Amino acid sequence: MNRNDALPALASRGPAGRIARFCAENLWPTPWALLINLLVGAVLLAILAQLLPWGIFNATWSGSSRSECAPDGACWSFIAEKWPQFLYGFYPESERYRVNVVFATLAAGIAMMLAPAMPGKRWVQVFMVLVYPFLSAALLLGGVAGLPLVPTDRWGGLMLTLVLAVSGITLSIPLGAALALARRSEMPVVKWLSIGFIEFCRGVPFVTVLFMAIVMLPFFLPAGTKPNPLLLAVFGIVFYEAAYMGEVMRGGLQAIPKGQYEAAWAIGFGFWRTMGFIILPQAVGKVIPGILNATISLLKNTTLVMVVGLFDLLNIVTAGASDPNWSGSLAEGYFVVGLVFWIMSFSLSLYSRSLEAKLKKADER
Amino acid sequence: MTQGIDAAVRRPGLLKDPRLQRWGFQGLIIALLVLLAVLAMGNLEGNLKQRGLSFGFDFLRQESGFEIAFSLIPYRASDTYWRVFLVGLTNTLLVTVLVMLLSTILGFMIGIARLSKSWALSRATLLYVEIVRNLPQLLHIMLWYNVALRNMPAPRQAGSFFDVIFFTNRGIYIPALKTEYPLLWIGAVLISIIASISVCVAITRRSDAVGRPLNAWLPSLVALLLLPISLFFATGDSLSVSMPQLKGFNFTGGWVFVPELSALVFAMTIYNAAFIGELVRASILAVNRGQREAAFAIGFNWLQTLRYIVIPQALRVLIPPLGNQYLNILKGSSLAVAIGFPDLVSVFTGITMNQTGRAIEIVLMTMATYMLIGVAISMCLNLFNSMTRIIER
Repeated sequence: MNRNDALPALASRGPAGRIARFCAENLWPTPWALLINLLVGAVLLAILAQLLPWGIFNATWSGSSRSECAPDGACWSFIAEKWPQFLYGFYPESERYRVNVVFATLAAGIAMMLAPAMPGKRWVQVFMVLVYPFLSAALLLGGVAGLPLVPTDRWGGLMLTLVLAVSGITLSIPLGAALALARRSEMPVVKWLSIGFIEFCRGVPFVTVLFMAIVMLPFFLPAGTKPNPLLLAVFGIVFYEAAYMGEVMRGGLQAIPKGQYEAAWAIGFGFWRTMGFIILPQAVGKVIPGILNATISLLKNTTLVMVVGLFDLLNIVTAGASDPNWSGSLAEGYFVVGLVFWIMSFSLSLYSRSLEAKLKKADER
Repeated sequence: MTQGIDAAVRRPGLLKDPRLQRWGFQGLIIALLVLLAVLAMGNLEGNLKQRGLSFGFDFLRQESGFEIAFSLIPYRASDTYWRVFLVGLTNTLLVTVLVMLLSTILGFMIGIARLSKSWALSRATLLYVEIVRNLPQLLHIMLWYNVALRNMPAPRQAGSFFDVIFFTNRGIYIPALKTEYPLLWIGAVLISIIASISVCVAITRRSDAVGRPLNAWLPSLVALLLLPISLFFATGDSLSVSMPQLKGFNFTGGWVFVPELSALVFAMTIYNAAFIGELVRASILAVNRGQREAAFAIGFNWLQTLRYIVIPQALRVLIPPLGNQYLNILKGSSLAVAIGFPDLVSVFTGITMNQTGRAIEIVLMTMATYMLIGVAISMCLNLFNSMTRIIER
C-alpha cells in the first residue's frame, strides 16, 4: 500500500540500507519532490556561498580599526576590540567582577532550580526569590559595604539587557497572577479594573508604554524628583508584560476544575490559603510553557529601550559601529547580537516545548 | 448540632460577613485609587506650572515648522501639528496594511511549505522560522535598514528588475500611475474590490443552497472591472504610467519607497510571516485526517478537497490567532521610530512632543489612536469569523 512495499530491495537493515531508504522516501519519492529538493538545496548552497567567504575565509580576526580589515570579508576585529563594552556597557573596568558574580549566581541558581533531584532545592528557591534580587541590586549599584557606586547610566550592553529582562520577568509574574485572580474575581470593581488594565496594555504598542513611563510619568511625581530612567524603563516593561502574564495565568486558572476550590473550602481553607496552596501552584504548573513564551517576547522586547536612550545590547553595538575607527561594521555587530538573542530565546523555546510535551503526557495518564 | 450550624449561618460576626468584606475591600481599593489620583493631579498641576505649561489640545492648531520625508497626504512645514498627526496616522496605516498583506501571503506559503512532502523544503522553512522568530523584531528592522539597504548601489549603478523596478540606496523605485483624480480612483478601486467579494460570496452561497456549482468567477470579475472602466470613460481621465528614470544623480518619476519604508516593510513581513506560517501550519494540522480521506473517498480531487473541506475548517481555527498577529503588526509598526520612518510614534510622539513638551496629551492621544485602530481590526475579523464559523442547528 505505501511506499515501503514498493521498495523491498531497500528495506534491508544496516547503515547503507537505511541511508538508501531515507533518500528514496524523502529525497526522491516523486520526480517533482526531487526537483523541489534540488531547488531548495541550490538556494541554500547559494546563501552559504555568500556567507562563508564573507564570514570565515575572507574575514579579518584582529586589528585596531576598520581600515585594516579586508574589504570583502567580515571585520571580526570590531567584536574582538569592543566585546567588553558589549558585555558591560560603560561599567568601570575594575568593578566588572561584580557583574560577573551577579550573573554567575543567577546561572547557578537557575541550574539548581531546574535540576530534577537536588537536595535543598527549596532553600535555593527561597534564596533566589527573596534574597538574590536585593543582593544583586546592591552588588551592581554599589554604594554600600565599601563598594564604589556605579550609577545606572553607566550600565549597558548585555548586562543591561539581562537586568531588564530578569527584573521584568520576576516582577511581572506575581503581578500577572494578581491580575489574573482579579479578573476572575466576583467583585465587580476589582474585576473591571483588571479587565480595563489588561485590555489597555494589550491594545497599545510597547513603545508608547515606554514613552508613558519615561516622559509622562514624571509629570505625576512630586516636583523636583528626578526618577532614574532605568527604573522607569523597568516600570514600563513590568506594566506592559504583567498584562500578558495575567492573560497566560488566567488560562491556567480556568483549567483548574471547580472541585479543587470546593475541596479547599471544604477543609476550611479561606481565600488566601486556597489560592496559595491549592489553586495557584496547579495553575502555574499548567501554564509554564505560556510563561516561558511570554518571557521570550519580553526578552526580545527589551531591545526597544533604545528608543528612550538606554544602551542595551542592540543599541550599544549600533553606537559602537558609529565610532569613526569602526564605521561600517554594523553587519558584524548585528550578527553577534543576533547570535546572543537567538541562543537565549531558542533555548527557552526548546525548554518550553519539552515541558509542554511532558505536561501533555501527564494529562493523558 | 444542626441548630448550632444554623445559628452560625444566620448570625455571622459583622466583620466575617463575606458580602460586607467584599464591599469593604472594593471600597478600600476605590479610596486608594482616588487618593492616588488626587496626589498625582496635585503633582501634575505643580509640575505644569513650574514648566509654564497647561493641559489642553490647543497645540494641535499651532504650526509645526518641520518637514516630513514621506507623506501620503499633502504636507508642508507650515501645516499644523494636527496635520502632522494625520500624516503619522496614514503612514502607520500604510505600513500596517502593507505588512498585513505581504506577511499573510508569505506566511501561507511558509505554512504550506512546512507541511510539504519535500524533505528539503519543509526543513528549510523550519530553519527559516526558527531563525527569524527567535530574533527581536527591532534587530530585523535595524539589519535591513542599516546593513541590507544601505549597501544597495548608488542610483547610477542601480540594480534593476527588467528596467522597471530599480533598487538603490535612496529607495526602491517602481512605475507609478498618473491620474488627475487620485482620490476618486482609490475610492473606486476599493468599492470595486468590496463589490467583487460580495458578488463572489453571494454566488457561493447560492451555489451551496441549490446544490450545484455556479460560476462565480465571471460575475466577480465584471463587478471588479465595471466601476473603474465606466469611470475611465465617464471622466475621460488621461491615465498614464510614469516610469522611474535616471536623471543626473537620482531617479525621477515613478513611486519611490524610501529606504525607511522598505526596511520596515521587509523586516516586519519576514518576522511576522514566520509567526503566521506556524499559525497556518497548526490550523491545517488541526483539520482531522479523516476529513481529507473522506473527501478523497467521495471522489474530490486535491483542489476540491482543499477548497471545500480543508480550508473552511482550517480558517475557523486560524482566524482568531491571525487576528492577534494582525494586532501585533499594528503595534509593531511603531518600531518605525527606531529608524526614523515618519509613522505616528515617530513624528507625533517623538518630534511633536520634543517641540511642544505636551507629553501627557500626546502620549494619551497616541495610545487612544492605536487602541481605536486595534478595535477596528478586531471588529473586521470578528465579522469575518462569524461568516466562517460552523452554523449549528
